[in-house]
Amino acid sequence: MGLELYLDLLSASCRAVYIFARKNSIPFDFQFVDLLKGHHHSREYIEINPLRKLPSLRDGKFILSESVAILFYLCRKYSTPSHWYPPDLHMRARVDEFMAWQHTAIQLPMNKILWLKLLIPMITGDEVPAEKTEQMLAEVKSNLKLFEEKFLQDKMFITGDNISLADLVALVEMMQPMASNHNVFLSSAKLAEWRMRVELAIGSSLFCEAHDRLVKLAEWDCSTLDPMVKERIGNLLQKFK
Amino acid sequence: MGSGAWGAGRARPCGRGPGPLSPVSPAWRGRSAPAMGLELYLDLLSQPCRAVYIFAKKNRIPFELRTVDLRKGQHLSDAFAQVNPLQKVPVLKDGDFVLTESVAILLYLARKYKVPDHWYPQDPQACARVDEYLAWQHTALRRNCLRALWHKVMLPVFLGELVSPETLAATLAELDVALQVLEGKFLQDKAFLTGPHVSLADLVAITELMHPVGAGCQVFKGRPKLAAWRQRVEAAVGEALFQEAHEVILKAKDSQPADPTLKQKMLPKVLAMIQ
Repeated sequence: MGLELYLDLLSASCRAVYIFARKNSIPFDFQFVDLLKGHHHSREYIEINPLRKLPSLRDGKFILSESVAILFYLCRKYSTPSHWYPPDLHMRARVDEFMAWQHTAIQLPMNKILWLKLLIPMITGDEVPAEKTEQMLAEVKSNLKLFEEKFLQDKMFITGDNISLADLVALVEMMQPMASNHNVFLSSAKLAEWRMRVELAIGSSLFCEAHDRLVKLAEWDCSTLDPMVKERIGNLLQKFK
Repeated sequence: MGSGAWGAGRARPCGRGPGPLSPVSPAWRGRSAPAMGLELYLDLLSQPCRAVYIFAKKNRIPFELRTVDLRKGQHLSDAFAQVNPLQKVPVLKDGDFVLTESVAILLYLARKYKVPDHWYPQDPQACARVDEYLAWQHTALRRNCLRALWHKVMLPVFLGELVSPETLAATLAELDVALQVLEGKFLQDKAFLTGPHVSLADLVAITELMHPVGAGCQVFKGRPKLAAWRQRVEAAVGEALFQEAHEVILKAKDSQPADPTLKQKMLPKVLAMIQ
């Protein structure tokens, strides 16, 4: 059995791993774990990852979770071109710095927009108080400003002239709110231009393919949602309200 | 900005420029490479600062300690914003190169100073295990330990903000879950979190756990596996160094209450930090 990647491309972390593997022609079996059907709670998947999160990697007996760890592992094992995770001490540190910062500064807030603007209203029928959404959007705006000022600055990509893992992770996460019709790139020409560069470096067709499921999320018929899954989501939603 | 801002008692003058530390112009201000060696801007009250401090000391990495007193709001000063516009610690400054995020700093130090392999192994699978822990902890154990300290001690004692028993109970329950994952998924029956040897994962984890310990939470009670692991990590780091790094957090409940101006400045940021 070759490399297996357990993914649902609705998740930004999964898209980062998927795009990276495909871009670098890393052969793998795509094991689809349907988040919308609650398959991450299935007995089979719990054996792979008891924390029930995506993505996971399985390489023979070796199982790995956490997209950042998976990306580094793939870089090393498949000796991908060095610009993805540059050997230069300072450039590499910049990637590490972004990868650490993004968990709470980008990924979490971008997901929150999706939940507040699309999923909560869709699943529960409740609108989220406008005040909460405003607060959330303000936080996102301020973090994107930090991203531009600290990480991007006047460079083409985060580490300089070439795309790295940091750009890939940043972009897939910033795409997350698109599913709720919220385009963070509209507010900044610099960000929009960086986005185009990253997409081109990845390849537009691969990028679009990876985001297809996300952009169609609003079409999902959530009436078919398993009541147990709905309850779990309800509990999760308390955190956002 | 007073002379005490950078812990004048601890920052050592570099011996160049206009002379010993002047009250108006701290030695590090306005300097660029190669005048200064490695500088670490830290407050040992902070978990990630403790990990960086212990790692640097344990590996005999020479550095200038720049104390940024969080409880005096020094991280919010204009002067510190020059060092780190994100207004957080720890910060590493190596000549002109400025780096934030403790995980990035630890990896930078490990690579630059070629520390023993066990801290961040060359073996791809062993390394991946460390990466996995370091990624997971940001939104899991880190968050829960931070909330435990602030809800139990720092909000009431330092900022004079009442925390309801329900909020505290919920926070401690979440911490409990994170501890179960730490033991059940990461530690299991191994000597250390990612294998037979101490690594960055253990260092980051133990310094996090000392946060609720400093708040008076008995995190190791009823968890003999975790308690045994703690002993091993302390021994690997060196007991004296471990004690030294944790002196400040263990006295957290003796924090002087913040004055109203500082409280006003800090409260919204603290609430955002621990959400």
